[in-house]
Amino acid sequence: MTAHPARSRGAFLEEVIEKTPGGERLVHCLQCGSCGGSCPSGADMECTPRTLFALIQAGDRQRVLSANTMWACVSCYFCTTRCPQKIPITDIMYTLKRLSIAERAYCKTDAPALAKAFTDYVDKYGRSFEFGLATSYHLLQRPLRMIQMGPMGLQMFTRGRMSLLPTKIRQVGQLQAIIRKAKEIGASS
Amino acid sequence: MRYAYYPGCSLERNAAAYDHSVREVADLLGIKLQEIDDWNCCGATEYFSQDELTACAVVARNLALVDADIAQVVAPCAACYLNLKKTDRLMADFPELGAKVNECLAAGGLSYRAGRVTVRHMLDVIHDDIGEAAVRDKVVRPLTGLRVAPYYGCQVVRPIADGDSTEYPMKMDRLLSWVGAEVVDYPVKAHCCGGHMTQISEPQAFELLRRLLQSAQDYQADMILCMCPMCQLNLDGYQARVNGHFHTAFHLPILYFTQMLGIAFGIEPKTLGFGKELVAATPVLQAKLNGKAAAGQPEGAVAK
Repeated sequence: MTAHPARSRGAFLEEVIEKTPGGERLVHCLQCGSCGGSCPSGADMECTPRTLFALIQAGDRQRVLSANTMWACVSCYFCTTRCPQKIPITDIMYTLKRLSIAERAYCKTDAPALAKAFTDYVDKYGRSFEFGLATSYHLLQRPLRMIQMGPMGLQMFTRGRMSLLPTKIRQVGQLQAIIRKAKEIGASS
Repeated sequence: MRYAYYPGCSLERNAAAYDHSVREVADLLGIKLQEIDDWNCCGATEYFSQDELTACAVVARNLALVDADIAQVVAPCAACYLNLKKTDRLMADFPELGAKVNECLAAGGLSYRAGRVTVRHMLDVIHDDIGEAAVRDKVVRPLTGLRVAPYYGCQVVRPIADGDSTEYPMKMDRLLSWVGAEVVDYPVKAHCCGGHMTQISEPQAFELLRRLLQSAQDYQADMILCMCPMCQLNLDGYQARVNGHFHTAFHLPILYFTQMLGIAFGIEPKTLGFGKELVAATPVLQAKLNGKAAAGQPEGAVAK
């Protein structure tokens, strides 16, 4: 089935489709609004996924990539399972996050900083490191919050739920070689 | 039955109670868990937000490390479960991506054939593979009179539910009823806890947590039982801050479903990680179970 045969697809729409597995479903959007209505964060979004998809179809790249929509997404997948057109909406949000980070188009969110801090630890140790994340990310992004979080952090420590030291996997070199290769392939395509 | 076991980073520390109770309960039910040797972090949602191929390659290393004679891997964490399952599916459904992932794995001397390993959640394994009769058979301290709110969260039931509803899942409800608990039917059991949003936007996250706590309280739950470490951390660790934010007075113990199964099976509370939760579960257990399971008490004080 070919949707909207008469309408030519813009470059931005093509790009989003190409970068999302199953993304070709996007052209079937009915503008029904099930996504935004299902979204627990809908009220926090400047524009709901439906609006975003219309903007993608219209080729408004700048507005889409600077929207807070994908950063308010909590990956609950309600929109994905409820979409009558089977559009992988949550995965499209991931694609938009990646494009937004690549072009530094995001604003008003610390999510990219958290993601980077998180994966930096995994790249280095092979495991996530909660205490490191709590100190490096929060100290940089919001020092005041560190103080507010103090009592909870202390309780986590006393109950043995947080470690001051990271765990390192044995074959961290193997993991790093895999990650290097992925970045190399990513850069060349 | 033998399964590969992928605990995930949370279960090493912050959710050690989940890890301990999963291992104890599995052992008792005859589920043989063999931990994947030298597994790495699944990346949570953070790699997928930055680079899809790296995200898949990092996850796929774990699938590649599963012993050749084991066909299934169990993950108790919702994010780990979905990442493992999603990567396997992506590699199967999009062979071009699958080939690239294998090119990455080859750089580490590994390979993975999509579909070789079936990814399962602990709840599904107990519910589907062990089943009602065998579970009932192990109950020595039925949870009679205890009102438990099963909380499914998101990523185990969506987007790929393993034989359950994506809207109104029932497996944990049934499992808890098999061990004698009074299961609370409340409307938000598969709604979102906010995931990593507690780290990014507290007002947004706290509102999601408030809805869950309010609903469970309205339906007179004694406790909420989780199947994901992020859900437990958010509901338990942030409950005091949610109260501060909304001037509420929630005081709901948040445990893992495997901890309460363990109690019903007569396993020592200490062994199940009781006492690690921030909102103490001991008072409600003592009050409701009449000393049948004095969780968190010194061993001598536990009534049998």
